[in-house]
Amino acid sequence: MTHLNIQRGVASPNTPSVRQKFWLRGSQIYPYLFLLPGMLLFAMFIIWPMLYSLRISFNDWNVVHPEKSINVGFQNYIDVLTDPIFHRAVVNTLVYVVITVPGQIFLGVLVAMLLNQKFPGRAFFRTVYYLPVITSWVIVTALFEYMFNGQAGLVNSILMSLGVIHEPIRWLADAKLVLVPLCLLGIWKGVGWTAVITLAGLQSIPVHLYEAAAVDGATTSQRFRYITLPLLRPTLVFLLVVLMIGGLNAYISFLLINRAGNLQNDAQVILTWMNKQTFENFNFGQGAAISYLLTAVIFVVSWVQIRLLNREVDYA
Amino acid sequence: MNALGRQKTIGMIIRYGLLIFGMGIVLVPFIYMVSTSLKPQAYTFENPPQLFPREITLIHYNEVVAKANLPVYFANSLIVAVATTAGTVLISSMLAYAFALMQFRGKQALFSLLLLGMMIPPVMLIVPQFLVAKELKLLNSLLGLIVVYITMSLSMQTFLLRGVFAGVPRDLLDAALIDGGSQWTLFWRIVLPLSHPGLAAVVIFTFLYSWDEFPWANVAVKETSQRTLPVAIALFQRPDLTQWGQVFAMSIIALIPVLLVYIFFQRHFVAGVATTGLKG
Repeated sequence: MTHLNIQRGVASPNTPSVRQKFWLRGSQIYPYLFLLPGMLLFAMFIIWPMLYSLRISFNDWNVVHPEKSINVGFQNYIDVLTDPIFHRAVVNTLVYVVITVPGQIFLGVLVAMLLNQKFPGRAFFRTVYYLPVITSWVIVTALFEYMFNGQAGLVNSILMSLGVIHEPIRWLADAKLVLVPLCLLGIWKGVGWTAVITLAGLQSIPVHLYEAAAVDGATTSQRFRYITLPLLRPTLVFLLVVLMIGGLNAYISFLLINRAGNLQNDAQVILTWMNKQTFENFNFGQGAAISYLLTAVIFVVSWVQIRLLNREVDYA
Repeated sequence: MNALGRQKTIGMIIRYGLLIFGMGIVLVPFIYMVSTSLKPQAYTFENPPQLFPREITLIHYNEVVAKANLPVYFANSLIVAVATTAGTVLISSMLAYAFALMQFRGKQALFSLLLLGMMIPPVMLIVPQFLVAKELKLLNSLLGLIVVYITMSLSMQTFLLRGVFAGVPRDLLDAALIDGGSQWTLFWRIVLPLSHPGLAAVVIFTFLYSWDEFPWANVAVKETSQRTLPVAIALFQRPDLTQWGQVFAMSIIALIPVLLVYIFFQRHFVAGVATTGLKG
């Protein structure tokens, strides 16, 4: 109770008056002094750029002389939405999302279930599975590029020695095939994180539920089906949304592998196309329009997440 | 009882079997990277490729240190990561202190605005940030990287720390107030020292993020002398004649600080990921 009084600067019978005065004075200037550095940076490097970008998206932007830019209304948005390369980029992004999100969730849940018990070596395995997560995208992309190269790549060599293929496959030179290493990379890098989050979700499930089910004679698969899955639902929804947003934001791996494979415009995703429109084609207006379209989609996904997470978990 | 015991043993064998299989898939690319960095150049495209080197040489490491400016990039990355981490810890702690423990007008609105920062895709901001940084003369400088990295970290880390600070016992704050402490004393002498685990998580997240970050560094820095490691590694690859031994030697040197930070702070890190859902 005391702290409420202090926070509001209301005197309670045993409060020395110096305290009141202090918090009252504090409530006027101090908070803003604490906020100043952070909010200033936030305004300069997030709010201002966002508004700047919004303005650019409605202009035929002149980079050299911004004042000579011409307002074109929604034309950039229309151009983007009718551009076949953009359509291709959207399809590629969706393919990436549809493959990597379930892949990460399935394998992440599997790893988490395997780790959800005390046994020798558990911490070691958890550390190993997390390695790809903390390694820079630049490094892991280079690594996959090298392993999947068409001449003497490790992957071709393994597939050939297993008799799966007879000729080396040029993974990086074809706009469709290149999605294989890229999706595998996305899954490989993300499983450790998904597993750690799932593990936390699993450990929050009350043990007595499993004990009660065991007493009632439930089998392992029944316990998974009727206890683990329903109680893990909030975690799974959270993962689904965060991984979807991550997939829509795919960028570095596509940028670097595209550069290596020289695939021009066929293997773009939304953000690499934004990057190319802006920095290579100098079409800043369409670049900004693309980024606003993507942000709108991501806001919708986040909103759905909040709605879904607000639904209560039923422990009955 | 016996059947149950056997079932348990079989379960354990399956568990270890699957975990070791998965570990193989996770580790083979890393082993291959280390091995390629130690192979002579002639063997980097040998057919069939060998997972383990037949001959070991340190020539690629010597080359990247002597000819490829690696010490410069490493120093740049270290300066950027340390400054970003220090700045983020201080600035987001101050924000979190205000949002967790102080009352002021506009608190809810400002906090919502800050949380908006968590929903914006970072790559979307790169183009306008580039234009803003150009106007502020922050391009081609480490400072331009540091201020943007701090800003991009603020929303998440403030959100994390606000939860931590709200848990500081009120009695302690009261006691310090009676002794005549100022807001700054409370913040610096009581709240921060009591929040070590939370701050450790912020340190790790921010360090790893700024050490690994590529998209912003890639557009904001064009001068060789200001490059960080991820940009240097990416630019080291050229179509047709990439020197893979050198790329991976550089990558491994870049990975060492990440591994050290991760291994030493692992406990805080895993707890931080699990409680905040932050991506490492």
